[in-house]
Amino acid sequence: MAYIDYYKILGLSKNATENEIKKAYRKLARKYHPDLNPNDKTAEQKFKEINEANEVLSHPENRKKYDTYGEHWEHGEDYEKAKHQQSHQQASGSPFENYSGEDFSDFFNDMFGGRTSGRSGNQVKFRGQDFNAQLQLDLKEVYTTHKRTLTVNNKKIRITIPAGVQNGQVIKIKGHGGKGVNGGPNGDLLIEFLITNSTFFKRDGSNLYLTKDLDLYKALLGGEIVIDTMDGKVKFKVKPETQNGSKIKLKGKGFPKYKKQGEFGNLFIIFNIIMPTTLSAKEKELFTELSKLR
Amino acid sequence: MKTTQLISIKQFCSHYDVSTTFISALQELDLIEIVITEEDEYLHARQLHEVEKMMRLHYDLHINLEGIDAISNLLKQVQDLKKENQILKNKLKTYDGL
Repeated sequence: MAYIDYYKILGLSKNATENEIKKAYRKLARKYHPDLNPNDKTAEQKFKEINEANEVLSHPENRKKYDTYGEHWEHGEDYEKAKHQQSHQQASGSPFENYSGEDFSDFFNDMFGGRTSGRSGNQVKFRGQDFNAQLQLDLKEVYTTHKRTLTVNNKKIRITIPAGVQNGQVIKIKGHGGKGVNGGPNGDLLIEFLITNSTFFKRDGSNLYLTKDLDLYKALLGGEIVIDTMDGKVKFKVKPETQNGSKIKLKGKGFPKYKKQGEFGNLFIIFNIIMPTTLSAKEKELFTELSKLR
Repeated sequence: MKTTQLISIKQFCSHYDVSTTFISALQELDLIEIVITEEDEYLHARQLHEVEKMMRLHYDLHINLEGIDAISNLLKQVQDLKKENQILKNKLKTYDGL
């Protein structure tokens, strides 16, 4: 277990005054407070460290103990024993009775036995921490609304995933986050959707894009083709003289619109005209003849 | 019909041990909406999360009300930019390879 330099965390020297500690803590807390840095794990970790440093340095007794043991805090128990033998005070003299242990480093817990009761005069109810989770789904899976059971902290939660959910979208499940502190409400569970795509479609919001290969003759003369959509195949009549890269729109054949039941985006088909290769002598002759007509 | 859940401001303040003037000040800055009936003043339940956050900013971080107003606006902007960034990332993925 590594020694933690609480002075360094707060950016202070060892002879900092109470007022300097208070100021430094407030300044850093304002910078890293989770309310000001939503979904930022680095800031959250930093905030915990600052809190822990403040918990030690802002209480004279804790600070004294911390300063006395310094880097040799492992021998703290010997020190305590010696102190008890000398003073013969009552056994329950520890100021650290209201230990909760949550969110504090092993170093802190080893040295101080957990959170001190120093703040009890002005205990604030904290809302529990928000939990962040990621759920990976394929594009096909979010084409329809479906239910899914997740296990979060050994608890099973059944959630409905609405059709049309976007990649990177976050949904909030209220009250399924961390427990509130001092009777505060529970935090929320924030689920971020990571949508992979194993289909041939490209998605932009509720619109889908599909590149469709078209042979030269069908592009020139027109004809019927079959197009794959998310909910089956559709027949489509290609107009004669269709250009390479031209785009057609199949209305309502795109992706479901999020939380708008029965509404769909469009499917855009982009034609990629494939030129014939390995022409026979006859074909070459005919193409030459055709070229002379233009 | 949609049900509106209201929370009595008196009860809220007594539960959190905060002054009702704090809630009034938030309303004056248009940060929250208060529902007034003949008997009492209420908060919408949907605002609870935000009011609790503003309370923490004020009482724990010693940020004054104007600061809370500025922070709320900036946090909203950050959220909007994050959303826009995600939409653009998704769009980029769409056009990549088309």
